[in-house]
Amino acid sequence: MSMPPELTLNPTAGADAPRYYLRDEHHPENGTLLGFWLYLMSDCLVFACLFAVYGVLGRSYAAGPSGADLFDLPLVAVNTSLLLLSSITYGFAVLEMQRKHLRATLVWLGVTGLFGLGFLSLELYEFAHLIHEGAGPQRSAFLSSFFTLVGTHGLHVTFGIVWLVTLMFQLGRHGLTAPNRRRVMCLSMFWHFLDVVWIGVFTFVYLMGVLP
Amino acid sequence: MNHDDHGHGHDDHDHHDGGHAPSTLKGYATGFILSVILTAIPFWLVMGKAFNNSSTTALVILGFAAVQIVVHMVYFLHMNARSEGGWTMLALIFTLVLVVITLSGSLWVMFHMNSNMMPTMHEMKVRP
Amino acid sequence: MLDHLDLTKLVFGRLSWNAIPLHEPILLVTFVAVCLGGLGMVALLTRYRLWGYLWREWFTSIDHKKIGIMYVILGLVMLLRGFADAVMMRAQQAVSFGENLGYLPPHHYDQIFTAHGVIMIFFVAMPLVTGLMNFVVPLQIGARDVAFPFLNNFSFWMTTFGAGLVMASLFVGEFARTGWLAYPPLSGIAYSPDVGVDYYIWSLQIAGVGTLLSGVNLIATIVKMRAPGMSMMKMPVFTWTSLCTNILIVAAFPVLTAVLVLLSLDRYAGTNFFTNDLGGNAMMYVNLIWIWGHPEVYILVLPAFGIFSEVVSTFSGKRLFGYASMVYATVVITILSYLVWLHHFFTMGSGASVNSFFGITTMIISIPTGAKIFNWLFTMYRGRIRFEVPMLWTVGFMVTFVIGGMTGVLLAVPPADFVLHNSLFLIAHFHNVIIGGVLFGLMAGITYWFPKAFGYKLDPFWGKCSFWFWQIGFFFAFMPLYVLGLMGVTRRLSHFEDPSLQVWFVIAAFGAFLIALGIGSFLIQLVVSFMRREQLRDVTGDPWDGRTLEWSTASPPPAYNFAFTPVVHDNDAWYDMKANKFERPTDGFIPIHMPKNTGAGFIIAGLAAAMGFAMIWQMWLPAVLGFVAMMAAIIVHTFNYKRDFHIGADEVVRTENARTQLLAAPHVHAS
Repeated sequence: MSMPPELTLNPTAGADAPRYYLRDEHHPENGTLLGFWLYLMSDCLVFACLFAVYGVLGRSYAAGPSGADLFDLPLVAVNTSLLLLSSITYGFAVLEMQRKHLRATLVWLGVTGLFGLGFLSLELYEFAHLIHEGAGPQRSAFLSSFFTLVGTHGLHVTFGIVWLVTLMFQLGRHGLTAPNRRRVMCLSMFWHFLDVVWIGVFTFVYLMGVLP
Repeated sequence: MNHDDHGHGHDDHDHHDGGHAPSTLKGYATGFILSVILTAIPFWLVMGKAFNNSSTTALVILGFAAVQIVVHMVYFLHMNARSEGGWTMLALIFTLVLVVITLSGSLWVMFHMNSNMMPTMHEMKVRP
Repeated sequence: MLDHLDLTKLVFGRLSWNAIPLHEPILLVTFVAVCLGGLGMVALLTRYRLWGYLWREWFTSIDHKKIGIMYVILGLVMLLRGFADAVMMRAQQAVSFGENLGYLPPHHYDQIFTAHGVIMIFFVAMPLVTGLMNFVVPLQIGARDVAFPFLNNFSFWMTTFGAGLVMASLFVGEFARTGWLAYPPLSGIAYSPDVGVDYYIWSLQIAGVGTLLSGVNLIATIVKMRAPGMSMMKMPVFTWTSLCTNILIVAAFPVLTAVLVLLSLDRYAGTNFFTNDLGGNAMMYVNLIWIWGHPEVYILVLPAFGIFSEVVSTFSGKRLFGYASMVYATVVITILSYLVWLHHFFTMGSGASVNSFFGITTMIISIPTGAKIFNWLFTMYRGRIRFEVPMLWTVGFMVTFVIGGMTGVLLAVPPADFVLHNSLFLIAHFHNVIIGGVLFGLMAGITYWFPKAFGYKLDPFWGKCSFWFWQIGFFFAFMPLYVLGLMGVTRRLSHFEDPSLQVWFVIAAFGAFLIALGIGSFLIQLVVSFMRREQLRDVTGDPWDGRTLEWSTASPPPAYNFAFTPVVHDNDAWYDMKANKFERPTDGFIPIHMPKNTGAGFIIAGLAAAMGFAMIWQMWLPAVLGFVAMMAAIIVHTFNYKRDFHIGADEVVRTENARTQLLAAPHVHAS
């Protein structure tokens, strides 16, 4: 049981402001960018798991085809370039946003989306070709891991493009408001993060996959 | 004129949030060129079979990948120790530690397990 | 191809009337009881016209306090189901010897022990912990809400709908029979072709997304929204443990998500991650799931440690001993929890060098926990201890949990574990630490913060009853299991041949009966406290002479928590304010910026659950439609930019004036 506190004011020495509270409206810092970064870290761990699975099962060919048999490195090189280009075009979009040019921002976002679609199309083509050759995800643990790791990355790119298109509509409707600028920065982090993961993919899966 | 739903000058807060330095063309261009180089070399090393030893090749290209990831972090993701009061960097470091533990731990554990628990060819032959 | 298109199959998948277990009497009776109870509730809600109120004030609320309360209610409801499973198992094991096969066939028994574990971990402990963190942390740091209030609501509904799927498995289809972690190959499509494992996967995936987002939310809240002056080392200890818990959540749950996706791919798409052939490796599942699983148990226990710190310090009337070392110990536990996971499968065959490494790390992780116990004891030493109900739970924890911790260190020795792995010794150990640590902590926390949430204390007599039944019941229920485990009895058995074991199982069943009385006492306590609430009323907002900021608010706090954001100068901020004769401001109130309620979280989560249900039953068309609808709902929600409003100054004035009057009025109440 406690008694209510005694009511005696004791202000900070030398200041008018009360010691234990703020009289004015207090706005805590916006947490969206940090929150999104934390989510990206969790996504990193999803990929870490998939990389770990690929690391453990990636040589279990089950007497089926191996990476050396299947991987088309020139195609992968083209895909890598498309994704890298899309990263820089997103960068241009951010630069235009900083200069408060709505139309230019939208143009560069659109170009980014197109590069992303190009990346996805090539990847889908590659997958279809592999499946047609009998090297689908059911063939072996190696192929299951390959399709899942690369496919999960592709799914993320797909979601990124859906988000990009949605964001373009929202920018068109509301312009470069503070919430929209935050959204552009979040998608920027997402997009670049996907490129970082791709570095891991093309190195660990494709390049190391063809090595004997 | 941008209409901010909140009414009062919330826009100002964004510039103070987490110490984001504005992006620059120079930054993106540098990152881009470095990335191109750091991608081209590993592809060339593998496709051109530059080293005889697979392990050497693997280590070298993994090294290039690590460097390129850092390039992306710095030039595209604007990774620095001041962002969000250092929390971005801390989160990244913690995540990287866990990624290393997950990858190396799994590989270590599973490699040992496989060698102990998977039957060898000899054991397969003498199975009933 | 069109002539192969069977519309019935696309819409209904493998769902048919056979899915309803009319031939199982126990389930049938339960179903009837649930239906009657459910209809009764619906009738009451309609009679008192509460649907609108429920929807507007609770289901669509983004207020962290209401969401926290709803989480706790979810956890308590699911506790009843999880405990019913426990009672059924104890009853079966007490009688099923020799010719007596008991009343539960293995097919049913296996679902019960699986459901018991899944429910207790994911739908009792996690929601209770999340609920308390949600309710308390913003108040403790002087904030008005969490960083992402809408996401908070969405997370709650994802968890609840996940629980809903588990409950649905009781009456439509069946649950998994694989144990709570569903190891392949048993959980693969070859050995579990039925819907059970699919219910498991989808309920956990949906709830898991909710938990992960909740983790992101609370970290951002603690990092960004602390009151001015509250540096990291001035945060309350419960906030510190919450921060570390949520870091563990964000770091661990992605692994669970990934592993369950891989298992689903094996089941739905014929991949070979964990199959016996074509290169699969089932041991990789065990490895990955425990990389999640070990941090998970620390996610459960760290908040409990935080609760104990608050309770010990408050009811000893002393500042917590060794604040800095408590913080460091928590951080060390957080990091070390990632280095011990293999101790869950020493026997799987990684060999001596690997086993030794993980055995040593496991023993090391007990050290910071031990340091915490000493700190609590030193806090109590020379304090003016008040044995209110939360303090009883705390002292009970100290005795009970330490025993469990010691058996844990015993199990950490690989050669010992080779004998004891998957025996009843293991079951006794983890129940020892989870009940002694997590459950006792949650009961202490619920009792401690109940007055803050509802404006009146819980009845102490029934609280003491509940505590003693739980404490004594626990010992009767689980000490025999240590003995049985050392004798070599394996876990998850529904029948035994050796009659000399029976006496131990009977004692354990008696213990379960005592715990049932403990749970019953708690339910009675809730009812009695409500009925006696005027006598138990907390008028001041500070019924325990607390030390942290939440006790500076009214009980219950207004929607905006604090009329003016507090400024912090020291640890134990409220204690500091009281010691310096803080005067609560009674004028100058300004409009307060608040987020709006929304139904979007409920709708999106509901669509996710519908999609999950469709996937379980292979109803492909509804699944696809559900997915598309969910994505559309998400996108529509992002087009909503008008998510805030202002509480007018006049309303703040009215609320604060009401409190001023309440504080000034003379009050007499019985404890």
